[in-house]
Amino acid sequence: MSFMPKPRVAHPGLPRNELGLTRRDYEGGMSTLCAGCGHDSITASIIQACFELSIAPHRVAKVSGIGCSSKTPAYFLSASHGFNSVHGRMPAVATGANAANQDLHYIGVSGDGDSLSIGLGQFCHAMRRNLNMVYIIENNGVYGLTKGQFSASADVGSKAKKGERNEQPPIDPALTALTMGGTFVARSFSGDKAQLVPLIKAAMRHRGFALIDVLSPCVTFNDHEDSTKSYAFTRQHYQPAVHTDFVAPATEIMAEYEAGESIKVDLHDGSHIVLRKVSPDHDPTDRASAYAFLRKRQKAGEHVTGLLYVDGSEPDMHMLNHTVQVPLNRLEWDTLCPGSEGLGAILARYR
Amino acid sequence: MAEPQAPDRINDFVIKLANVNGTGSASANSLLMKAIFRMGVPVAGKNYFPSNIQGLPTWYEIRVSRDGYVARASHVDLMVAMNAETYAQDLQEVSPGGYLIYDSTWPRSHQLQREDITILGIPLSKICNENFDGVRARILMKNVVYVGAVAALLDLDLEVISGLLEQSFARKPKLVEANQQAIRMGFDYAMQHFQCPLPCRVEAMDKTADMVMIDGNTAAGLGCVYAGATVGAWYPITPSTSLMDAYKSFCARLRVDAETGERSYCVIQAEDELAAIGMVLGANWNGARAFTPTSGPGISLMSEFLGFGYFAEIPAVLFDVQRVGPSTGMPTRTQQCDILSCAYASHGDTRHVLLFPANPEECFYLAVEAFDLAERLQTPVLVLSDLDIGMNDWMCPMLQWDDEYRPDRGKVLDAETLENMDEFWRYDDVDGDGICWRTLPGDHPRGSYFTRGSGHNAEGRYTEDAEEYQAVVDRLLRKFDTAAGLVPAAIETPARSATELGLISFGSCDGAIREALDLLEAEGIHLHYLRLRAFPFGDEVRSFLERHEQIFVVEQNRDAQMRQLLISEGGARPEKLQPVLHYDGMPIGAEDVIEGIRRLLAQGEAA
Ligand SMILES: Cc1ncc(C[n+]2csc(CCOP(=O)(O)OP(=O)(O)O)c2C)c(N)n1
Ligand code: SF4
Ligand SMILES: [Mg+2]
Repeated sequence: MSFMPKPRVAHPGLPRNELGLTRRDYEGGMSTLCAGCGHDSITASIIQACFELSIAPHRVAKVSGIGCSSKTPAYFLSASHGFNSVHGRMPAVATGANAANQDLHYIGVSGDGDSLSIGLGQFCHAMRRNLNMVYIIENNGVYGLTKGQFSASADVGSKAKKGERNEQPPIDPALTALTMGGTFVARSFSGDKAQLVPLIKAAMRHRGFALIDVLSPCVTFNDHEDSTKSYAFTRQHYQPAVHTDFVAPATEIMAEYEAGESIKVDLHDGSHIVLRKVSPDHDPTDRASAYAFLRKRQKAGEHVTGLLYVDGSEPDMHMLNHTVQVPLNRLEWDTLCPGSEGLGAILARYR
Repeated sequence: MAEPQAPDRINDFVIKLANVNGTGSASANSLLMKAIFRMGVPVAGKNYFPSNIQGLPTWYEIRVSRDGYVARASHVDLMVAMNAETYAQDLQEVSPGGYLIYDSTWPRSHQLQREDITILGIPLSKICNENFDGVRARILMKNVVYVGAVAALLDLDLEVISGLLEQSFARKPKLVEANQQAIRMGFDYAMQHFQCPLPCRVEAMDKTADMVMIDGNTAAGLGCVYAGATVGAWYPITPSTSLMDAYKSFCARLRVDAETGERSYCVIQAEDELAAIGMVLGANWNGARAFTPTSGPGISLMSEFLGFGYFAEIPAVLFDVQRVGPSTGMPTRTQQCDILSCAYASHGDTRHVLLFPANPEECFYLAVEAFDLAERLQTPVLVLSDLDIGMNDWMCPMLQWDDEYRPDRGKVLDAETLENMDEFWRYDDVDGDGICWRTLPGDHPRGSYFTRGSGHNAEGRYTEDAEEYQAVVDRLLRKFDTAAGLVPAAIETPARSATELGLISFGSCDGAIREALDLLEAEGIHLHYLRLRAFPFGDEVRSFLERHEQIFVVEQNRDAQMRQLLISEGGARPEKLQPVLHYDGMPIGAEDVIEGIRRLLAQGEAA
């Protein structure tokens, strides 16, 4: 075996995280998306979040389906393994990968077409299993890669680039997640890094299925006047419901918030998130009221953003399965194979 | 009156039991079969059941064969007709000189008689109503009473039956007692009213001492445990379901920590087959041995991902327990009808490694081999069993295990190697065998690569470049050549006399063929027999095709799928290969083979 050598380049002067890595170490290949595509901003937030969390890049597995959005794992964390699967089936791949090794971080990136049409079933079932992963839907209301057809998240009355009007009601990923048992449900906007980065960080620390529905305008097919997922429309109808601050275990900054205005939510690893209620009638720890609140604001034409619901106490897939702590792909051979002696005992029943 | 039977019917006859499904007959019938097995007499059981839970006809056929033939026989010597609805049909099926047992509690129409067989009435319902309480017990015990009667007629060893009952109801002594009583009642009734034993009867032998009675799905599930598989994903479908059931129950016994209750395995009931194969690919990609059992409809759904696994080069093990197609077909009947759809599953230029176990014993060994091949070749491996193998009890030599065995994990670079390497390219064929080195997520930053089903080059990068794309798909062909040398070789059984004739078959046809070859040999027709065990075909298959002028290809589907594969991939001249086809959904018997060959030979002479 012989492989080509390539020297590693160090970047002196760049800020380093706890692992001594720079933000560069979390970047990926050059994006090939349209200039201004919301998806690229989300990529930048994922890079920022992983850098700030000091996650070892090779301990992350990136998974995606098919679409412009699903291409993006190639543009962040180049030192992570990536799995760009088939259209709408990323949840299955993530489930199997997680079954094999529960010690890695799983970041899934999908689109509204990928998750809400062809992959709606898998999306729902991954939540039902409370699969431990971060699941980002880069939601632009259209099929970008196939050139601008409506997706299932298109709002009623939204117009396509060529003027066709959508008449079917949208499927809201956040409402779907609340119904299907998602244990971390958030929404954000690709252009709001200040909100998105802490949300991704909190989602990474959540044990269970963490959905972040990120409104992400498609500049090529869905950023015109009559689109409800354009930059202009989103900015106008943007309603941050719950402000999120991620707090690492070592650095508590609770004091910044007035009592009564903030809620502290513990995460499984000892860290916690602090949620500042911007909207007085939203309680992010109550699934039913979160659902009602979202429906109400949706009727008013608002995209409620922020951490909409969180419950870190629900068991995830492995806890439900009582899986051993050691990742299944690391188990020793003698613990797996009962050997010739075992075989005799087993076969006695078939005599 | 019945013809007196020749004495050589001892240990050579067929019992068929006609029941209504959902009445508990299955355990009574297997009790009967096990008793014969424990008396050292070779036996095989086949279950013909409806795609239904309760109330439809079901048949169980037990072939007692002192010569050890396991295929379906086309006659019935003793019919136990427990289903009034199918009585007329069951009556017709008994061979002249045979016997029929029925429940004589209620009279049968005089039209339902036959002069050339012996009809034995036993008032089963009456006996049960007088001796057992409760509707359920009465229904269940009727089955046990007829087992008792058959035991008397066939001269079965009651001690053996007692032992079996004690074993199966070890935790419910009350049930042992009730069952023993029912056996006794049936036995006594038959002894008092009929001339026991019958000419076709059982005499103890010593031919089953090193044998087990097991179905293919159980054996394959056990193989998965022994192969070290830790992740199983599936969506229930007949006739594959019992494979995962078996894996789960073996794991529940062998892979759960007694103290903590922690499991060294993870079985996921997926939302559909698309998800099941996706999970299997995800787990294998991540370094666990993972598998999925399914049947034809599942293969159709899994196709897209199978192409992904082929192109992105991810190991996966899939069991296709074939049933009758097309579409939903007949879910509880058997066929070998997925050969082509599996060989080329998915769009584009794909081809897959297939294994063809012939019986439960091979289901066990080939299950283990499938994991080794999948990881060695970094590609999905499909094990093509069928309903006959998967769900019926077969007598097999005791399974063996070599404790020296260690799984072949294939070409995986570990963290240490990666640490000392300068650069890693995922699809670089450094060894020239078409198989590249892979890495596992989480091991080392240098091992990272992007797995994709879109065009990629040797470095693993996205490409739309003509040459780069073609280099990858051409290498995949080279890898398939490598596979041909690694898969289990076809087994040739030469004829005992020189002959130009050959016969090729595979899978569950084997039993019928070996019996047919013996019978044909007695007629002076000799054939060299090649049993395929895998696709791609190795050199031994090509050589066999070249060495014979006329070759019969025996298979259980309408379109001669294996013949087509032998022509397109084995280089055989079409006119050489003559199809012998059986595809009505019932397991193939020796007569089906013989009839087909005779017809073709006669045609050849006429031409
Ligand atoms: C089985 C299958 N059907 C159709 C396609 C074509 N296709 C590719 S991407 C896509 C839609 C993607 O939409 P979305 O998930 O919203 O991603 P976006 O491009 O908008 O980010 C479709 C229909 C495909 N790749 N596979
Ligand atoms: S088509 Fe739309 S979604 Fe796709 S890259 Fe361009 S802007 Fe982004
Ligand atoms: Mg989209």
